[in-house]
Amino acid sequence: MSTSALASLRPRLPQRFLPVVATLVVFAVTFGVGSVRYQDFASGQVVANLFIDNAFLIVLAVGMTFVILTGGIDLSVGAVAALSTMIAASTLRAGWPPLLSVLAVLVAGTVLGLLMGLVIHYFDVQPFIVTLAGMFLARGLCFLISVESVSIDDPAFRDFATGTIELPGDVTVTYSVLVALAVVAAAVYVLHLTRFGRTVYAVGGSETSARLMGLPTTRAKVGVYAVSGFCSALGGLLFALYMLSGYGLHAVGMELDVIAAVVIGGTLLAGGVGYVAGSMAGVLVLGTVQALISFEGTLSSWWTKIVIGALLLAFIVLQRVIVRQPR
Amino acid sequence: MIRGRLLWPLIALAGLILLNVVFTHSFLALRIQDGHLYGSLVDILRNGAPTMLIAVGMTLVIATRGIDLSVGAVAAIAGAIGCTWIADGGDVPTAVLLALAVCVLLGLWNGFLVSVLGIQPIIATLVLMTAGRGGAMLLTEGQIVTVDSSAYRQIGAGFLVLPIAILISLAVLGGVALLTRRTALGMLIEAVGANPEASKLAGVRSRTITWTVYVFAAFCAGVAGLMISSNVSAADANNAGLWIEMDAILAVVIGGTSLAGGRYSLGGTLVGALVIQTLTTTVYTIGVPTNVTLLFKAVVVITVCLLQSPRTARIIGGRRRTPATAPRSQKVAAG
Repeated sequence: MSTSALASLRPRLPQRFLPVVATLVVFAVTFGVGSVRYQDFASGQVVANLFIDNAFLIVLAVGMTFVILTGGIDLSVGAVAALSTMIAASTLRAGWPPLLSVLAVLVAGTVLGLLMGLVIHYFDVQPFIVTLAGMFLARGLCFLISVESVSIDDPAFRDFATGTIELPGDVTVTYSVLVALAVVAAAVYVLHLTRFGRTVYAVGGSETSARLMGLPTTRAKVGVYAVSGFCSALGGLLFALYMLSGYGLHAVGMELDVIAAVVIGGTLLAGGVGYVAGSMAGVLVLGTVQALISFEGTLSSWWTKIVIGALLLAFIVLQRVIVRQPR
Repeated sequence: MIRGRLLWPLIALAGLILLNVVFTHSFLALRIQDGHLYGSLVDILRNGAPTMLIAVGMTLVIATRGIDLSVGAVAAIAGAIGCTWIADGGDVPTAVLLALAVCVLLGLWNGFLVSVLGIQPIIATLVLMTAGRGGAMLLTEGQIVTVDSSAYRQIGAGFLVLPIAILISLAVLGGVALLTRRTALGMLIEAVGANPEASKLAGVRSRTITWTVYVFAAFCAGVAGLMISSNVSAADANNAGLWIEMDAILAVVIGGTSLAGGRYSLGGTLVGALVIQTLTTTVYTIGVPTNVTLLFKAVVVITVCLLQSPRTARIIGGRRRTPATAPRSQKVAAG
């Protein structure tokens, strides 16, 4: 895909959608490559599996999008997700009702995110450092609860994890996919149709201007970390459903996958520009790359990392090209 | 001002050492055996040498308002190259030179993305952080490559009264301190970090300086990677230098260098690296499960950062007026 092909799109398409469109094109291309090479690739179930295997990543990417839109960053998401699997597994083992356990996880994640947001805003410490400390804290807490992996045996939880929904065309999805899509829908609503969402974009564009305009910047700046904490906790729950265990070493390095997905999805790390739908497309691109490499069979898993790195590079260079164009 | 900033990290370090002395009375004891210096303090220095080395490179990068996330991956690559070369029958000096040359190339790449293409450092180096470890695994074919070379072992585990790793790290630290503080280079680096545009207009070659610091950071990461792999005589592409970039960044920040750039303290970085390594050792000595170290790290980092925050200084009673250079736009750091 060349930039001239993109340039021809420009008259009809607002420039701000360009990165998202590019992501969708890359998704279509990678998926197309898969369908040409492997006969079983272009099936509804493979698409459904992309969602099933990456539902937690989608939820985490949604939270990360909020944070990056304000120009911040949240390195704690993977660790908070791991902590969530741990809290869920250990509370269920202690005999808590599943709903109470889920509630505890969500509250813990949100509170942790909120605390990080408060420290970032009120003590003027860089988000990078605070969320890095948050990452260490969450991982440390995991190991404080248990050093070993805790399996989840609760029947209700297991039913929810293994339950499937039949879609037309012999395609089945899990409940996790529905949760992830609901989160994306909610995030789109919040970002584009509420005051909070508008303030998030405004803070990312220029915090000073937003404040001078009288927008509640503090609420947005602190709020996005709470949103991200909530999404990390929810993503962690989906991950617990996927793995049916809680472990302190779950989701190691996932924050990098999430940041990569968000960047590939067209969100600028400087803040102010980006869409949740783009982040979801970014996750799907990563998922397709992984699926392709596992279909190939002969390629080793580390190629995934190299390809993700290359994609990341391609997209940031593309973003530079777009940003440098005179408006 | 630097002295004031170093106060809390130094207190933290002293507190940690005191805690160790309470738990192990022989903590401060040093003994000489076969002409080698042994003791817990030496161990702390030796285990902390790679982090310290990487933190020195990171300090300069952060001073230009950048950040380098790829150092851990670069360290893994250096170890992988060194070990595979020796395992394939190559000699040690070539292995070391080859590894360091590749690291310099990787640094050139990072610097190119940041200084020429103008990509935000955090994301530019994220590329290599992700792909680099994949590359290291490609080199070692996913295996842990072990080598049996006493010459190679010297880098990480050798002794010259003191462990050689410590001497290398301290030499680099001293060299950088002399080079940047006895010449105008340090000031120019700070100028680039404080305001890239203004420094360029003032005639500072900001692009070259930015580029150079990334190359230097990658070089430090390469040496550290050789130290790590030489210490265990093996290259583990998956785990060598894992999270060392985070430790290095923490060391720099604990030492009072602001992520907003424009000002750095190498002495602070030294203290920061020592705090982190002493903390890790302390947790071992006290007998807490090693993974819980992270919890303590988080607490120390947050405490030191909060104590250094200008706002806390004001709350505590306005002992000192907020230094004019301290609070700057928060947004810069995120990028």
